[in-house]
Amino acid sequence: MSISGIFLILFLIVHLTVNSMIVFDDSGALFNQAAHFMATDPIIGVIEPILAIGLIVHFLFASIITFKNQRKRDVNYAGLGRYKKLDAAAGSNWPSRNMYILGGLILIFLVIHLINFFWKMKFTGDPLLHTPTGLEGDVENAYNLVTTKFIEWKWLVGIYVVGALALGLHLYHGVWSAFQTLGWSNRKWRDIWNVIGLIITILFAGGFAFIPLFVMIQSMV
Amino acid sequence: MKLILKIWRQASPKDEGGFQTYHLDDASQDMTFLELLDALNEKLIVEDQDPVAFEHDCREGICGSCAMMINGRPHGPGEETTTCQLNMKAFRDGDTIIVEPWRARAFPVIKDLVVDRSAFEKIMEAGGFVDVDVSAVPDANTYPVARRDAEEAFDAAECIGCGACVAACKNSSAMLFVAGKVSQYALLPQGQMEGLQRAWNMVAKMDELGFGSCTNTGACEAECPKGVSLAHIARLNRQFLKAGFKKVGEEKN
Repeated sequence: MSISGIFLILFLIVHLTVNSMIVFDDSGALFNQAAHFMATDPIIGVIEPILAIGLIVHFLFASIITFKNQRKRDVNYAGLGRYKKLDAAAGSNWPSRNMYILGGLILIFLVIHLINFFWKMKFTGDPLLHTPTGLEGDVENAYNLVTTKFIEWKWLVGIYVVGALALGLHLYHGVWSAFQTLGWSNRKWRDIWNVIGLIITILFAGGFAFIPLFVMIQSMV
Repeated sequence: MKLILKIWRQASPKDEGGFQTYHLDDASQDMTFLELLDALNEKLIVEDQDPVAFEHDCREGICGSCAMMINGRPHGPGEETTTCQLNMKAFRDGDTIIVEPWRARAFPVIKDLVVDRSAFEKIMEAGGFVDVDVSAVPDANTYPVARRDAEEAFDAAECIGCGACVAACKNSSAMLFVAGKVSQYALLPQGQMEGLQRAWNMVAKMDELGFGSCTNTGACEAECPKGVSLAHIARLNRQFLKAGFKKVGEEKN
């Protein structure tokens, strides 16, 4: 869980960096160049299937652990429901107890995300991709596809904001938990990982939610 | 003080069990929680009913016997207290208090609030000992131990084996207990002989006995009456991973 999780965080850093180019360049040239590089670079081509394997491993281990652990308690506590604030989970935060649910939300988001963009760019194609980019060579207009969808389908922006929040909460527990599992923690480092986890949470949840909102709001003003 | 007590009653391990409601009209705020149960039992005995079975021994927070879930929290409300240390000042007149046993597959209910915690002893048998003869208390400074290590080992050794960590954990994991027991030896020279083998064997035993795995929620630490830290779990994880790389488990088992 921890190793695949850290690997997936590394991917998210690359993904957010590429996505941020949508914000920094309104002509879309920067993003199109980056997307073109990601689609054609041979090293990225090798990493892509590894990434998919990493995600599958993360999901499978999570499923095994969650279902195994759920069977370790046959009866739930009656005292829990009535005294919500005093319950057994008082010392643990909500994301830490609901990592599988958050992961499920992220997975649903991921399917929607892949159908809308990755699948079209990689396999089926889309007329929006073949609009002129102003760049040399055979570069697809990924910027046009992404921004048009966000402007046309306001509900899609909503899904992206929810997806980003779920990812943020997942990482809020995930970052410190990964290093704790690997034993790379103690009294001092626990606080450090929690701060790093919070920074990553704000960066990713904020960043991934901001980009579609930025595109949508920019089109309206 | 008038109280309504909803207590889990179960005649035997195979009995289905259920909650029974008791009204106690003469409870005092000066009582501890166990004294409250004593008062209830005296009343039940006079009325020729079966008294509530619960574990208790030292009544000063060091034996780890008084295991019970009070209003959904192990050892009831309050930080770092055992049930025997829980003062009735934590409750108000007219309160309804739900009392139930630890719930974990590895801790089956024997009767009422008493659960079978012998799984902890089996984990201890798997590694919670030292192979060297340490005889009586050694002279001061015979073994050089850094003060930081001594403090950390003592912090881990404070674990009283009450099982609150297992009860609080959504996975019924005994990681905090095992981590405490591993840490108290791992930091001292007397514990070096078994080394990584201890961590490996105790974790393997924990899994075998039906405890869940750790997902780092931290509920155990929050409910531990002795404040054993999650830092010990990190140390256990380090030792377990090292043991895995060195394949100590396969050599000796």
